[in-house]
Amino acid sequence: MKLTGAQILMEVLKEEEVDSIFGYPGGAIIDIYDELEKTDIHHVLVRHEQAAVHAADGYARAKSRVGVCLVTSGPGVTNTITGIASAYMDSVPIVILSGQVPTALIGNDAFQEVDIVGITRPCTKHNYLVMSIEDLAATVKEAFYLARSGRPGPILVDIPKDITKETTEYTPGQRVKLKSYNPTYNPNMKQLKKIGKLIESSERPMIFAGGGVILSKASRELTELARKTRIPVTTSLMGLGAFPETDPLSLGMIGMHGTYRANMCTSVCDLMIAIGVRFDDRVTGKTDAFASQSQIVHIDIDPTSIRKNIPVTIPVVGDCKISLEHLNQLIDQVELGNLDQKRKPWFDQIEEWKSTNSLAYEQKEVIKPQFVVEKLYELTKGQAIITTEVGQNQMWAAQYYQFDRPNHFITSGGLGAMGFGLPAAIGAQVAFPDATVVDIAGDSSIQMNIQEMATAVQSGLPVKVVILNNGYMGMVRQWQELFYDKRYVSTCMDCAPDFVKLAEAYGAVGLRATKPEEVESVLSEGLKIPKPVIMDFVVEKEEGVYPMVPAGAAITDMLLV
Amino acid sequence: MKEQKHIMTMLVDNQPGVLSRVVGLFSGKGFNIESLCVAPTMDARVSRITIVTMANPPVIEQIEKQLRKLINVIKLRDMTGPRAVKREMVLICVRAKPEFRAEILRIVDIFRCKVVDVGTEHYIIEVTGDEGKLTALINLLAPMGIEKIARSGALALYREPK
Ligand SMILES: Cc1ncc(C[n+]2csc(CCOP(=O)(O)OP(=O)(O)O)c2C)c(N)n1
Ligand SMILES: [Mg+2]
Repeated sequence: MKLTGAQILMEVLKEEEVDSIFGYPGGAIIDIYDELEKTDIHHVLVRHEQAAVHAADGYARAKSRVGVCLVTSGPGVTNTITGIASAYMDSVPIVILSGQVPTALIGNDAFQEVDIVGITRPCTKHNYLVMSIEDLAATVKEAFYLARSGRPGPILVDIPKDITKETTEYTPGQRVKLKSYNPTYNPNMKQLKKIGKLIESSERPMIFAGGGVILSKASRELTELARKTRIPVTTSLMGLGAFPETDPLSLGMIGMHGTYRANMCTSVCDLMIAIGVRFDDRVTGKTDAFASQSQIVHIDIDPTSIRKNIPVTIPVVGDCKISLEHLNQLIDQVELGNLDQKRKPWFDQIEEWKSTNSLAYEQKEVIKPQFVVEKLYELTKGQAIITTEVGQNQMWAAQYYQFDRPNHFITSGGLGAMGFGLPAAIGAQVAFPDATVVDIAGDSSIQMNIQEMATAVQSGLPVKVVILNNGYMGMVRQWQELFYDKRYVSTCMDCAPDFVKLAEAYGAVGLRATKPEEVESVLSEGLKIPKPVIMDFVVEKEEGVYPMVPAGAAITDMLLV
Repeated sequence: MKEQKHIMTMLVDNQPGVLSRVVGLFSGKGFNIESLCVAPTMDARVSRITIVTMANPPVIEQIEKQLRKLINVIKLRDMTGPRAVKREMVLICVRAKPEFRAEILRIVDIFRCKVVDVGTEHYIIEVTGDEGKLTALINLLAPMGIEKIARSGALALYREPK
């Protein structure tokens, strides 16, 4: 069967079971759009290509599927860089299909030509420039395979315009063969046995779980391990939801804005089982002081994550889910004794740390941002999919919304890209049309991709935006307050739009709360409206995020309120 | 921790852009490259890249892991140590005043290298060897005045079992 490049692309997308694409057209991809129209694939027209990638990211993370975006050559694809870099840092499976000038013009500085394969080389897991229609199908299939396998990540496929128009014979269902790519899924059993021994002998063990647990769908196995060994669990920002936060064994989040007890545990634990993490500096603080009395076990599918930042006693390269399944079976054969009795001193110690309620705050005359997030948690019964912008809003979302399930907290963790939350919420809403999806936003970040309100309205996606409006780039202001003698240089957002009117201008609904007693009613009203809604909460201007570990300090050196 | 010199060779897909992935990894992650050689192998679809780098042991471990992670790297081997044969070729343009010519030729003879170009005032010497030999030769020729030098960078092959 002879097909054009554009038609072949559609065939491969169908084979990969793609149901939604986030994109923005342009000259180089008109032929692709022309064919896309004829398929059942749902296309979400964004208003900026950065948002297309963040939306694909939100979709991928909510649904544990590969997200797909489609953008044109030149400025279309340069606009995607922040999105790609964010997905790369957070290991999100995305395929970016970009148009390119015709093959004959490549290298000529043609109109809207950029070397996007060169530009995205360091922020993709892999990328391709398709130079012949014969390679198109295999390359796109390979892209999907690479995106989702091993440590997932974004893959870019650059497709010159002439290739979308040419025709060739197409054979469906080709298989991907890659001789140089073989992720290690199965862990070394000897190493796992050693972990079993350590669990048996340790007195003060803790589990530190990260985004890898969610990516490998290993939450159930992790929860089983923790419960049957009675080991308390902390998670990184990326790992929120990997273990139920309402479980008594949960220590909450670790790191710069982690809970007092989670961070204190690291200083005296004698065994840390780290699963699907990469020991980011926002987690470890000063590395020499991190878990310095502990044996560290590190399970991860990416060997480069192991011993990159932190020395490890037992490295295990493998898929988190498979490794945990094996570990659980091994543990079943170990005589663990009376764990409650054995761990009593450890749990007593943790209970004592817990009494330093590091997340306490007082709701007085002005709305506290923490209060808004707590109310949102209550009203959504912890069931919403939460995306965030970046800054204080992101940390308050992480601290005050309790995540009991994976894939419900979607944030730009590694890159910390402002402007992530709204498009990511759009993507998550596309993945789950009936879910309550809320972007917890800051007044500055939301302005970085505010144009996506139009996308939400056009596509009928009832996302909710909760702006914690402090009139500042709050997180930067907080650093200036604490470490720069309150010199608030360029962090005051004096000239913000009226978000209620702005919502209305986009054809969405805008609501505002200025007093604590309005918080609940605005939230419950807003959540009920089956349309996109912006809820503007005018909060305490100079509220800080606490606990806070100053950059570079040991994570036990926390500033409390 | 002490930095050590390591020589690594890898087989990679012989495709456009693969070298820049390897080199980009080194520059992007702040790893050092002392020398680098690339050429196709007997299989035209595969090239061999040889890189000499200086780093402490944990960084060497990272370099190896990061290289292996590249999709186009098929196989990687650390060739440091006696189990691999290492060679480098150098072209040396040395000043050859009449009174030094005999001395230079004697050195060339002892080191079993070749004079490949003779001018009124210079010789170009071609020499192949391991690092020790090359350094010794360069040190001996330096007092006469080395005008230009071109080094190929090191190559290495694992010794086959005897
Ligand atoms: C694209 C981008 N630019 C700059 C920054 C640096 N930055 C981090 S947090 C922040 C302030 C965010 O302000 P806002 O969205 O109002 O959130 P708040 O901290 O006030 O909750 C800035 C500027 C960033 N993370 N991303
Ligand atoms: Mg703000």
